Amino acid sequence: MAFRTSALALPQQVGFAFCMTGQALKLPRTKRLVVRNSMTSATSLHDNLIVAQARPASVIRKIREDLENRERSAVDIMEDYLTRLRDRETHVQSFLHVSETAMEEAKLLDDKLAQKARIGPLAGVPIAVKDNLCTKDMPSTGGSKILEGYRPPYDATAVRKLRETGAVIIGKTNMDEFGMGSTTEGSAYKVTANPWDTTRVPGGSSGGSAAAVAAKQCAGALGSDTGGSIRQPASFCGVVGLKPTYGRVSRSGLMAYASSLDVVGCFGSSVEDVAILFQSVAGHDSADSTSSSKDVPSFAETFTPVDKLNSKPLVGVKFGLIKETLGEGVDSSVVSAVQSAAKHLENLGAEVIEVELPKFSLGLPAYYVLAASEASSNLSRYDGARYGRREDAQELVTMYGKSRDMGLGSEVKRRILMGTYALSAGYYDAYYKRAQQVRRLIQTDLEDVLQRVDILLSPVAPTPAYKIGEKADDPLAMYAGDLMTVNVNLAGLPALVVPCGVAEGGQFGLPVGLQMVGKSFDEATLLHSGHIFEQTAPSWHRTVPPLVQ
Amino acid sequence: MAAARLVRATMVALPSAFCLHIYSSSKIISRNLLAPGLRYTPQQLHYRFLAISTSAPALSSSPSSPSSSHSVPSGRKKQNRGLPARVLTQQSENRVLEENASGTEYEAVIGIETHVQLSTATKAFCSCPSQYGSEPNSNVCPICMGLPGCLPVLNEKCVEFGVRLGHALHSDIALNSKFDRKQYFYPDLPKGYQISQFDIPIAKNGFLEVDLPVEYGGGYRKFGITRVHMEEDAGKLIHAGADQLSGSSHSQVDLNRAGVPLLEIVSEPDMRTGLEAAEYAAELQRIVRYLGVGNGNMQEGSMRCDVNISVRPKGQAKFGTKVEIKNMNSFSAMQRAIEYEIERQVGLIEGGEADKIVQETRLWEEAAQRTTTMRKKEGLADYRYFPEPDLPEVILTEEYVESIRKTLPELPNDKRRRYETLGLSMQDILVLTNDVDVAAYFDAVLEKGSDVKMAANWIMGDITAYTKNEKLSITELKLSPSALAELISLIKDGTISGKIAKEVLPELLEKGGSAKSIIEKKGLVQISDVATIEKMIDEVLAKNPSQLEAYRGGKTKLQGFFVGQVMKASGGKVNPALMNKILLEKLNG
Repeated sequence: MAFRTSALALPQQVGFAFCMTGQALKLPRTKRLVVRNSMTSATSLHDNLIVAQARPASVIRKIREDLENRERSAVDIMEDYLTRLRDRETHVQSFLHVSETAMEEAKLLDDKLAQKARIGPLAGVPIAVKDNLCTKDMPSTGGSKILEGYRPPYDATAVRKLRETGAVIIGKTNMDEFGMGSTTEGSAYKVTANPWDTTRVPGGSSGGSAAAVAAKQCAGALGSDTGGSIRQPASFCGVVGLKPTYGRVSRSGLMAYASSLDVVGCFGSSVEDVAILFQSVAGHDSADSTSSSKDVPSFAETFTPVDKLNSKPLVGVKFGLIKETLGEGVDSSVVSAVQSAAKHLENLGAEVIEVELPKFSLGLPAYYVLAASEASSNLSRYDGARYGRREDAQELVTMYGKSRDMGLGSEVKRRILMGTYALSAGYYDAYYKRAQQVRRLIQTDLEDVLQRVDILLSPVAPTPAYKIGEKADDPLAMYAGDLMTVNVNLAGLPALVVPCGVAEGGQFGLPVGLQMVGKSFDEATLLHSGHIFEQTAPSWHRTVPPLVQ
Repeated sequence: MAAARLVRATMVALPSAFCLHIYSSSKIISRNLLAPGLRYTPQQLHYRFLAISTSAPALSSSPSSPSSSHSVPSGRKKQNRGLPARVLTQQSENRVLEENASGTEYEAVIGIETHVQLSTATKAFCSCPSQYGSEPNSNVCPICMGLPGCLPVLNEKCVEFGVRLGHALHSDIALNSKFDRKQYFYPDLPKGYQISQFDIPIAKNGFLEVDLPVEYGGGYRKFGITRVHMEEDAGKLIHAGADQLSGSSHSQVDLNRAGVPLLEIVSEPDMRTGLEAAEYAAELQRIVRYLGVGNGNMQEGSMRCDVNISVRPKGQAKFGTKVEIKNMNSFSAMQRAIEYEIERQVGLIEGGEADKIVQETRLWEEAAQRTTTMRKKEGLADYRYFPEPDLPEVILTEEYVESIRKTLPELPNDKRRRYETLGLSMQDILVLTNDVDVAAYFDAVLEKGSDVKMAANWIMGDITAYTKNEKLSITELKLSPSALAELISLIKDGTISGKIAKEVLPELLEKGGSAKSIIEKKGLVQISDVATIEKMIDEVLAKNPSQLEAYRGGKTKLQGFFVGQVMKASGGKVNPALMNKILLEKLNG
């Protein structure tokens, strides 16, 4: 079977030259110059949001302040976003559906404000939602033809919570079908482009959400992460992405891919935005038996403004750089970006050590066995009998077969077949059971090392964003790209991705993300450290993607 | 899966919120039935159940090996009943044993899988009502319809009922069990898998005891229980134009039943006759009803028995080829189906056609009184079981398991043993213990100190006749157990005669109240005062001098005449025995 082949044979990336020297902290200046120069034309074509900012600032907080100070109305803000959304959509193709009621909702909010009524913490904030999260007023297809036109009768818990805090769901974002893919090319509807270079993939499977945030089509977005589906697109698109601890956010209303690995998480253009979004969606939900009843602490409220930070704000925080993620097969530009990020953390007073996880590479094959097994079961309900696409047939079994054949894409079929095989009588012990044993080993390994350090550091993916079509016919190469993210899902740990560098590639360079893996249910430490890192990071971090015309 | 014939999907007038068509065609009318029209408020989608698991980690995915599960051995199991061993009668077995010319005797090996619907207010994994008989597709929600994104939340009651039944069947209760997914495609299974328990059932290694009916020769039997596990029911297919799929024009799905909690009870292959199998099922039904975990109604399908049966020459250790029989909706149908099947299989073996006995599922046809092939199994179905990742493991504490044991009522077998010690006949015992409410009524009467035999006779006689006639349950009776006890004690102490008691009973049954007050109000108290009786007799004798003379002249047959006269004079209230005694004395004096 395909996934038994060594997953470690990472394809060598040839297209990316070194963009950084060993002296990481010096390098960004030159890099930034490159970006700035090439951006000049872009900024003149687009609004000022594209202009390089002093440092990533919370878009959500700004909206809040503007509303409270009556500087902008909710309608103004929404109009602004909707205009930009439509304008950039032709290039990025990140949305599958755009809300028809967003303006109305903004208007209602303005009325409320006029009456001096109390408003929620996310009032008027336009949030995009990955299409595998159910929304009752919008189609929810999971990127699949088999659910074309399907409208759920209920909101996913995360969506409901966002609405309850005042957010406006601006639309549904494109994704690899049912979350199965790393490029968003696996969508049954359209291919989303990376805003940094529209000839490249945005990553996946939450590629639509990441691209929409990068292109400022929304203030933040929800995604889901089963094996890296939030982190890898965040890295590819140069935005912040949080994969929470398993069980921290309710999965109710999330179309299941692999139930024991799936997590709902968020994207933002700053750590603070991600923290605010996460605050809103986290917490126990009686509709999800696997959701945790652990208290959710305050996140963004505890952030120290950058001008009040002392020179060594991370003293006492211990980071572990995972050795196995920086070796052969990983693009050198990625390695140096991560190493320079580690250096920067040291400069902030943190202790950074190198840690070895010898079993790290076992995770990928185990992940693909488990995820495919659960998927083969979870996707059984898409049979054409009750909802979604159905093909006519003379016999029931033929109806099932044809509906699923026409309705499901090739990557989904591949994983259903792999999973069905792995769970079959006579193979269960060799595949599913063994993969569960590996999972436990990985879990124990990661938990052990997290006794010694507070946060683990690694790249997110072996390369920056690659070309659309580059790996479309090579599923193994695509699976290999998940090497650094899947273990985190197997162990159920939280992980934050923050941009940490720009690699050579495209017209304007390509973003590289830093993966920070925290202790179970300790998103607070991740967000806190991530915020300080981001706010003090060298200038290369402060760029935003120039959108080509 | 049987090849399902495709059919025209025509929307028929089901009075439901929506119809679910299984089969499509060019004429398809409605497809996305769950689309915009259906609305659920967020509140409706909030499930009020808590997971039973108290210490399951949020990360429920770590695999648990069967060996790591703990179970608590049932304390009852070890107890010997301490009753004299009874002679097993052969009579009932012989009924179905076939014997041929060569003298080969055959025996049947029978195991039973029983599905019992639990009488929880709501379904196993969502908050829909689980009641029977609602309009099709009215008790449904996104969870039991298997809509994308929906997750199961375990109804705590399922676990409680599972433990209760496990205790009642003297089983070992698993302190650490889990749910698994059993996967197959069928239109009545919305998720494409059934949430069930695979390798670690909630209870295992139990037994059940039966006293066979006296009219069949009686006898005590003990049958092993392999396991009891929790699972959810599937929906119901309604085949238009036929009772079953074949021959129907199209089918519709009613998902009211989808997600209704079930306990599946698997027996050891311990039964040898149709009677034993039927009695096993009847006892299981009694236990379910005594425990209050379900109504065990076979007609409504709340209790469904699938029978596995094979035959072999007596004395042979190896089992014959096993056949599964379904679709029996009464105990007597079970018995007849098994007897038919034994005859069929033995006939095939005797006729040299043993190879025609194949592993298959056969349907019992009530009208034709025979079994017919439903589907042939090609090897073992592969359900690709794996642990249900959406539900935490079910972790029970010993205290919890014990606390449930303490709430168990007296079970049918214990009751039968107790009634035996009271001196009742097995025939009476079986009648009285068959219905949990009748037994409770009887016990309540005994509690007031009533005579056992008299109480049994009154309940099995006049009272049962009345409830049957009026189509009442004994629990609806206006005659309270204490009133019956009072009535019996009035007979016993001679206050009234049995005849008076029978006269009073209808009013007590219809209006209730106390026997004593009715008797007093109507002046029906028996006259047992010697002086009063003497006075009445004297008056009768004085009024009938010629008869008295004739009697004394030798016509002693006239005693009956005098008895009648005295009775009449007393309005029937005179104590007959006492009156007879005094009358004789006076006549002969």
